[in-house]
Amino acid sequence: MRYLTDRKRAVGKGSAHAGAEHHWFMIVSSVALAFMLPTWLIVFGRALGSGYDAALDTMSRPFPAILTALVLIVGMVHFQKGARTMIEDYTGGTTRKLLIMAFAGFAYLMIACGIFALVKIAL
Amino acid sequence: MAEAKRIERPLSPFMFVQYYRLQLTAVTSVMIRITGNALMVATLLVIWWLLALAAGPEAFETAEWWITSWVGNLVMFGSLWAVWYHYLGGLRHLIFDAGKGLELETAEKLGWACVYGSVVLTVLTVIIYWI
Repeated sequence: MRYLTDRKRAVGKGSAHAGAEHHWFMIVSSVALAFMLPTWLIVFGRALGSGYDAALDTMSRPFPAILTALVLIVGMVHFQKGARTMIEDYTGGTTRKLLIMAFAGFAYLMIACGIFALVKIAL
Repeated sequence: MAEAKRIERPLSPFMFVQYYRLQLTAVTSVMIRITGNALMVATLLVIWWLLALAAGPEAFETAEWWITSWVGNLVMFGSLWAVWYHYLGGLRHLIFDAGKGLELETAEKLGWACVYGSVVLTVLTVIIYWI
């Protein structure tokens, strides 16, 4: 007879095999995004369609550039973890693993491209 | 007994339609997931726009032509609504996580607040863009 408690046997048996710290990250990042997004939506929305010179002028200033970088990084990690929850809900096995990798790849590719562009614009 | 019995568990969303009548709270919740993931398209367009801005006037011209074309506008304004919906839906879940607003009547009101609130905020944002 093995002396395992019911709780010990239950830990890690959920669909994701983990959870609390993931959920806490979603809460923290969502609060951060809730503060940043309204301002960013206005800054970006006004730059979009304003023409090359005006857009370059906006995005090379420190505040729009840093805010865009922050929204992009926090937003993409939040997206990647949120998408991961969806994948873990609806798929299993190899499909699940490959989809998690693909979505993480997309998120980090967007971050890398965005930061590259922002640095090139600012410098 | 020490070992849990191995059983085949069904994958979500097997409960919907078949066993469980769709309710406002469930629909407004799954829409958070749909809007959040749909924002991938807008993210791609924004990053394309930024890369084009960094690359120079010709690349920027092409990117902006596509993004502000009628298809691009449809995607971008749709995404603006999706952002606001996801935003309000997220706030609603923060309220739920705090253990508040879980009474059926309040929960349904919060659901409608996401639906109507997202439209109002989208219109307000567009007005701010124009002025």
